[in-house]
Amino acid sequence: MTLKEEKKNSIIEKSLLLFSKNGFYNTTIPDIAKAMSMSVGNMYNYFKSKEELAKFAIKYSTNILARDLREINQLQISSKDKVFLFTKKYLENVQKSPEVIEYFLRVYLSNREVFNKDCEGFLCVSEFVTEVMILLDEGAASKEFRQQDFFPAFAMIMGALGGFAFLSGEKVLDKEIVSYSDAVAQNIYRALKYDE
Amino acid sequence: MTSRECSKPKIVWLQAITCNGNTHSLLSANANRLKLFLDSFNLIYHPSLTTELLLEELLQQNEEIDFLLVEGAITSNKDFFQISNQTTSEVLKKLVLKSKYLIAVGSCASYGGVHKKFEQNSDIFGLEEALEKKEISSLFHPIINLTGCPVHPEWIFQTLFSLKEYKKIGLDEKGRPKEIYSHLAHHGCTRNEYFEWKVEAKSFGLKEGCLFYEQGCRGPMTHSNCNRVLWNDVNTKTRAGMPCIGCTEFDFPRDNMLETKKNIGIPDQVPIGVSKRAYLSLAGVAKTFKIERLHERIIK
Ligand code: SF4
Ligand code: SF4
Repeated sequence: MTLKEEKKNSIIEKSLLLFSKNGFYNTTIPDIAKAMSMSVGNMYNYFKSKEELAKFAIKYSTNILARDLREINQLQISSKDKVFLFTKKYLENVQKSPEVIEYFLRVYLSNREVFNKDCEGFLCVSEFVTEVMILLDEGAASKEFRQQDFFPAFAMIMGALGGFAFLSGEKVLDKEIVSYSDAVAQNIYRALKYDE
Repeated sequence: MTSRECSKPKIVWLQAITCNGNTHSLLSANANRLKLFLDSFNLIYHPSLTTELLLEELLQQNEEIDFLLVEGAITSNKDFFQISNQTTSEVLKKLVLKSKYLIAVGSCASYGGVHKKFEQNSDIFGLEEALEKKEISSLFHPIINLTGCPVHPEWIFQTLFSLKEYKKIGLDEKGRPKEIYSHLAHHGCTRNEYFEWKVEAKSFGLKEGCLFYEQGCRGPMTHSNCNRVLWNDVNTKTRAGMPCIGCTEFDFPRDNMLETKKNIGIPDQVPIGVSKRAYLSLAGVAKTFKIERLHERIIK
């Protein structure tokens, strides 16, 4: 990674924190510059606009998940085990860096107008969606998962994980989020599994 | 036989277990090419055409054969198929001894084809499997598989003319001439732009859309030059709106040929040479673009 890329990433990390806490519109470039101890002018050397930064941030945050899932996909284990492992990884991420998931839920999903150019459809989240496709495809090919349409299956995984991250963000869970991991994974697996 | 005929390479066309489709294909060749072929070679025996020799005569005499072309699958089971009281396997073995080149014409002769799926007889093979190593040791060249159901007439001509001229041709690991079978049926298909942008054909026979996503097109996984050397000089399956069913491949015919096998909506097989991960990420991205032009009828 070049120095410039490293700097870009640390700006993204900082802005994820601010965006997820204060929302997209309430966070300004000067806010981010201040948190970075940088001048506003220098910020624009890295990102042309707040919108551009927001798009890089969604790629950055979903790529973290994509990397986790790719590693899991490459393991020689059953698809059921993959669902369990990924759920655990995901909930650990929520616990460790809640801003990453919060950003997805509170900024990406709620401010679609910011992302409707150059980030349409799967454009900015494609690495992650591809890994989910691989997980589903291999599970169905080995008859561990039943055949169904892609989107309901996709929503089953992402809905359950996203919803749980939301509950955690709202601080309504009784226990630590990771302790629910097997129960959530079990629900996802049951929704996908092959039935005779 | 005139002396000119004598100097031309001799061809024998044997029909084993076949639907006659490859013979039909040969006869539908471009008229000029067919004439050139008949002028350049001496077709001494073909069961569907008027030739001077009968099969029995051919088997009895000592005459050498340059090119033995076989259409159809081979069995040594007398109960299922016989020609002149002999099994196809017996006839084949006798003819191979007299021949320099052995060419499988069509997928049945190459790998057994549809007949190999016949459960009542497990003894049905393509040429390579039907013959033992020592039985083909006198041949000048490894067996050549001209796969296809049927084979394209031009593939037969190109192979014969090349062998006549150069005595040797390069084969792929399935015994097919590289010159013909190295590229995919997908190359030259007029629907490639629809393939790239993931625009599906709404039904068979339409000019618009690609047949890969729903209708089972095997163009990206099938070695053949159908879309570059057109059938009847005019058209191909995929250009006309019928999916390529992969008739030149080892596994032909497969089940459910007009469907794209999918897992949770994701194609089970992706184009040769592309990893599934790469294909899926490109496909997901391509799908987000809606190019109006590609969603319109060409002729309204
Ligand atoms: S119809 Fe078949 S051969 Fe033509 S572009 Fe689509 S996949 Fe390729
Ligand atoms: S397009 Fe495909 S199925 Fe049709 S003849 Fe060519 S290889 Fe065979």
